[in-house]
Amino acid sequence: METKPRLLTILDWSSIILFLFATGMVFIYAPMEAVLGNVQRVFYFHVAAGWVGMVALGVAVVAAIAYLRTSDRKWDIIGLASIEIGLVFSFINIISGAIWARPIWNTWWTWDPRLVTATIMELIYLAYLMLRQGIEDPDRRARFGAVYAIVGFLSVPLSFFSIRIWRTIHPTVVGSSDAGAEGAFDMTPRMLQTFFFSLFVFTIIGIDLIWHRIRLGRLEDDVEQRKMQVMA
Amino acid sequence: MIEVRKLIKRFGLKYVLRGLDFEVEQGEFVALIGPNGAGKTTFLRILSSLSRPSMGEVMLAGYRLPHQAAAVRSQLGVLSHQPLLYGDLSAEENLTFFGRMYAVSDLETRIGEVLELVGLKKRRRDLVRTFSRGMQQRLAIGRSVIHDPQILLLDEPYTGLDQDASSMLDDVLKAVTAEGRTVVMTSHDLARAADLASRFDILSRGVIAASALHADIPPDGLLAFYRRTINQEEEPALVS
Amino acid sequence: MSVKSTSVKPITARAPSFLQAVGAVVRKDLASEFRSRELLSAMFLFALLVILIFNFALELNARERGEITAGVLWVTFVFAGQLGLNRSMAIEKDRNCLDGLLLAPVDRSAIYFGKMLANLLFMLIVEAIVLPIYSILYNVNLFHPGLILVIILGSLGYVTIGTLLATMAVYARTRDILLPILLFPVVVPLLIAAVRASSAFLQNLSMEFVWPSLNLLIVFNLIFIAVSYMTFDFIVEE
Repeated sequence: METKPRLLTILDWSSIILFLFATGMVFIYAPMEAVLGNVQRVFYFHVAAGWVGMVALGVAVVAAIAYLRTSDRKWDIIGLASIEIGLVFSFINIISGAIWARPIWNTWWTWDPRLVTATIMELIYLAYLMLRQGIEDPDRRARFGAVYAIVGFLSVPLSFFSIRIWRTIHPTVVGSSDAGAEGAFDMTPRMLQTFFFSLFVFTIIGIDLIWHRIRLGRLEDDVEQRKMQVMA
Repeated sequence: MIEVRKLIKRFGLKYVLRGLDFEVEQGEFVALIGPNGAGKTTFLRILSSLSRPSMGEVMLAGYRLPHQAAAVRSQLGVLSHQPLLYGDLSAEENLTFFGRMYAVSDLETRIGEVLELVGLKKRRRDLVRTFSRGMQQRLAIGRSVIHDPQILLLDEPYTGLDQDASSMLDDVLKAVTAEGRTVVMTSHDLARAADLASRFDILSRGVIAASALHADIPPDGLLAFYRRTINQEEEPALVS
Repeated sequence: MSVKSTSVKPITARAPSFLQAVGAVVRKDLASEFRSRELLSAMFLFALLVILIFNFALELNARERGEITAGVLWVTFVFAGQLGLNRSMAIEKDRNCLDGLLLAPVDRSAIYFGKMLANLLFMLIVEAIVLPIYSILYNVNLFHPGLILVIILGSLGYVTIGTLLATMAVYARTRDILLPILLFPVVVPLLIAAVRASSAFLQNLSMEFVWPSLNLLIVFNLIFIAVSYMTFDFIVEE
């Protein structure tokens, strides 16, 4: 059985330390936003989680295309790993967004393009996992997963555009609550630094977790192979 | 006619075929026999281009799978224990559809011939849904030869047929195979295989474990040959 | 009893052209459906039920109706369409007829386009019956050429991706519940564009309000057709 790579251990520890550091920056280093108050601090991790959630879907699509071209199981494991991690980060993104929206927009939820798109992405992640669960043959499961990841990936930006276009042309909505407008703020240099640092830290954490999940997938395969050797 | 070299097929991590070699000359009728789970159906699905080989070479009628699959398919007739027919279409309509999918010329005449061959001329306008299992299987034979294929692949064609239907299927199969067609049939019914085939290949644990010509096997000797091969392959205790 | 052709011309097994193969699949599906009518009647009855339920759930009255008609219509089409898609692929899978199709010497995409066109026709037939009934029930005029164009475009996009995903769903253990879960999140953008375009036509807004949605619909169709064409092979191969 393969041993845990050193780089991964280093990545684990850097994730933890960087995360603590980022938390400190969010609460101490970054100034309190004058209008929005302390709740604005959610914003740093909120965007960072959303970023990882979206990039993970992108990674899954690259893995999907690679799988369909090569039929190499490695790509299937990578695809599944990034979908699962992406699901978690998108969920954090949605929940933290709702926490922010409650005091700022005075509601947990609005049907703004960004929110709807995030929800659709989450649903596509879940549908992907359900699809895999329903299929016994591992090769077929991998192929279907890859095809669905590609289809789902395309529909996410399309959703965003179709909602945006509608919002901007629809006569009754124009001029009313625009998502960007209400609760917008200008970032001071310290805020900007905190923001980009959070993005960086979450990216590291995302890579770390996906790596762990890939390793888990490989170990699963290994166990399966050993089981078959024993039975054969 | 059929040439298979070092064929490997795996599903996920599980190997079903492990470097199988197989060759069939034109006009041979090969019965593939073997225990359940030996990979017979998988092998036939690969020959019929429904399943891709994981590794190895597969040539049929001079074309290579999977790259020249379309060319191979036009030379192939496949009959399985499922009839692969549409229940809501009549016998004639089913044959018309499959004839079109093979671009059979002069289709109407051909359908008449095929229906005659499988003895369903009288019921050609009836829905397949109303057919008995045996009649469906006979029509399925018609479907598999509508385009006059050079190679016939039969996967357990007798499953689920009663005595009458089986012997009728025998007659039809003999007629279909009499004219120089190359046939590969999987079966676990040794008596049936002994009756029809010109060669017996035993598929066990993903490879062809033994092969014998019909002429070399004494009458009623097939079972002994089969037992002997399987016993060499596996622990005697495992054979039931 | 001879197997070889006794007719003058010998049988030549060739491969049909792409269009011939597509045509054969469409004709097969139509013939089968007009015989049993189980798919169309189920879709149609289901569509009626959805409209009926909306009537009570939303207490559709004359004033509100104008604005939500487009939404009600599209939800009805999407639900009824989903039912048809599932059934159409289940027919192929249940008796393993899909294997029979795949054995033919035709490009796999010909099978896909055949099934897709048949599904589109079924959906359009149901819509053609539902539209006048809705007009009568709610006393609104739905015969607007623009609306009909949107319905055709929207249905095309819907069955394009629907046929692809339904083919995946029938292979799964959980097939009946799986299709809507796979399909609906993916068609949301298409649905939004279709509803907006329909609503704009129904409210007789000027074309500048319609074009963005209409353009999106066309773009979706192109993207969905391209993706399905490229990936269908991977779904049916083994």
